[in-house]
Amino acid sequence: MGNTHSFRADKLFSGYDNKTIIQGIDLEIPKNKISVIIGANGCGKSTLLKTVAKLIKPSEGDVTLDGKAINKYPPKQLARILGILPQSPVVPEGITVADLVGRGRFPHQSLFSGWSKKDYEAVEEAMEFMNITEFANHDIDELSGGQRQRVWIAMALAQQTDILLLDEPTTFLDITYQVEILDLLTSLNRKYGTTIVMVLHDINLSARYADYIFALHKGELVAEGKPSDVITTDLVKSIFDLNCVVIQDPISDTPLVIPKGRYHVKS
Amino acid sequence: MNSTTDSKKRLDLHFPKHFTIILVIAIILLVVSIITSLMLGARVVSYQELMDGLFYTNQDSYGANVVRKRISRTIFSLCCGVALGIAGVLMQAVTRNPLADPSILGVNTGATLFVVCGITFFNITTAGEYIWLALIGASITAVFVFGIGSMGRGGATPIKLLLAGAATSAALSSLVTAIIIPSAYAQDQFRFWQVGSVGSGNWDSIKIFIPFLIVGLFIAFLSAPALNALALGDDVATSLGIRPGVLRFFAIVAGVVLCGTATALAGPIGFIGLLATHAMRFVIGPDLRFLIPMSALAGAIILTFSDVVGRLIASPGELEVGILTAFIGAPILIILAKKSKVRSL
Ligand SMILES: Nc1ncnc2c1ncn2[C@@H]1O[C@H](COP(=O)(O)OP(=O)(O)O)[C@@H](O)[C@H]1O
Ligand SMILES: [Mg+2]
Repeated sequence: MGNTHSFRADKLFSGYDNKTIIQGIDLEIPKNKISVIIGANGCGKSTLLKTVAKLIKPSEGDVTLDGKAINKYPPKQLARILGILPQSPVVPEGITVADLVGRGRFPHQSLFSGWSKKDYEAVEEAMEFMNITEFANHDIDELSGGQRQRVWIAMALAQQTDILLLDEPTTFLDITYQVEILDLLTSLNRKYGTTIVMVLHDINLSARYADYIFALHKGELVAEGKPSDVITTDLVKSIFDLNCVVIQDPISDTPLVIPKGRYHVKS
Repeated sequence: MNSTTDSKKRLDLHFPKHFTIILVIAIILLVVSIITSLMLGARVVSYQELMDGLFYTNQDSYGANVVRKRISRTIFSLCCGVALGIAGVLMQAVTRNPLADPSILGVNTGATLFVVCGITFFNITTAGEYIWLALIGASITAVFVFGIGSMGRGGATPIKLLLAGAATSAALSSLVTAIIIPSAYAQDQFRFWQVGSVGSGNWDSIKIFIPFLIVGLFIAFLSAPALNALALGDDVATSLGIRPGVLRFFAIVAGVVLCGTATALAGPIGFIGLLATHAMRFVIGPDLRFLIPMSALAGAIILTFSDVVGRLIASPGELEVGILTAFIGAPILIILAKKSKVRSL
């Protein structure tokens, strides 16, 4: 399985009000792969993700899907191909898991149609995939942070898009849940060929789970490529202003960044 | 597991818990409210008179005629309740603010001001003309309050909207008073209308009401799934293929039409939307595909019962329903505002 959508941005500038954050970025998202955007706090990762997802209008440049600018698509049609899970979505009070996941079906329903068999199946499949079926009729408020995040991802899965963008899906989770979420997203990518682009704050997990890395610094794309090519001592120094050594991750053979602070350095 | 239990389980998941039983209870309450509204008041009618009045047009007893007069009042009150219930749920969905209600946001004070201006300066006397003034007043106020409430950081937060609404409402109320005080004629015209009442409801007002009610209901029902998505935040909604601005516009138009029409015909009746929506959200949860129709039902029930109570406690006169709903609604608003859990939806 897989999808053949070409998804790219050309000479992209965007930001808020008069403040330009993204400073002329060109990128082509690799098909059927997991791409991870890395960079320091405030460098514009979320802004970039939102701009390519049409949540922010670029001040210059284009985001194109299959050669057509994304703002030229009817919104629902675009929403059947491209989905984004933003960093802090709103949780309505008292909503159940099944209700929330079901809201991901919106772009597949027309104004007058109710729920079809396909809608129910998609919701069940998404809940099954994220291992939340047992909570289906629970209130979201009753769940732990890790379970809750799985519910949100299930909502995005129910949308059944070929391209899925996620902004820091693992932030604020314990390490166990971080690995669990990233494993689930990898299964998703392997099973359906979903193109995944996400922002992660942990560089080592990024290096392990990414097929492709985009490194951002002050709104510019400073490096891109396979983790083993991109993540180097020099890159970490330039984008995070951190001295480090990069060794090989004993589990995955991917780069592993070991930071050097001022203390605890053996002489 | 066979396929019928499977599909039943499937449906149950996407229905509010205990939905059937809640619907049955609501319908029973509705029927009871209708029957009491027909039977109770300054003149309490008997069961026989009720039946005569409803089904035997040739029966011409006093009691039967009382019932017949109360039919239009009751239907009118149901229409107002439905309109205000839905206006409330729409305002809350659009602002993602559980405290939003046409009365709290000042929308029906805006409608009132325009109607008063019409009465005072243009000698407007018919309900058909009130409506348009009320709608214009309600729209302008809605735009104004949302405008002020959205200024500054964080967009239209619950507390900012509430303050903007309260301030606007207070300012508009004082304008209303300033306009009617010098005019004896307006005071006269306005007195029966100043406090919301369904007592003046007759077949003519129902006929004027129906088309607006249908338009409002139609928009509300069609936009329910999209408003469900909007409840997850503007970003998620956009990602699901919604244009939040367009959706908000239509939902506010529907809310303003419903609330403005009810205000024009019955006078300002507050808090119905707030009470109906909260009661229903408490029992069936936040899914707007169910919450919108159920709030309509709850609005009709609450308003009709309030009207009956108003007739009973001030018998042989009657207490306007607008006063009663304010008495019940205001303390509940305070409780809700204090409950930290509902600070945002
Ligand atoms: N809604 C906003 N309005 C104005 N400025 C913003 C907004 N969101 C983010 N910014 C600013 O844009 C810059 C980049 O933010 P962001 O893209 O969120 O960074 P990152 O996700 O890489 O941490 C920051 O300086 C931030 O302060
Ligand atoms: Mg960010």
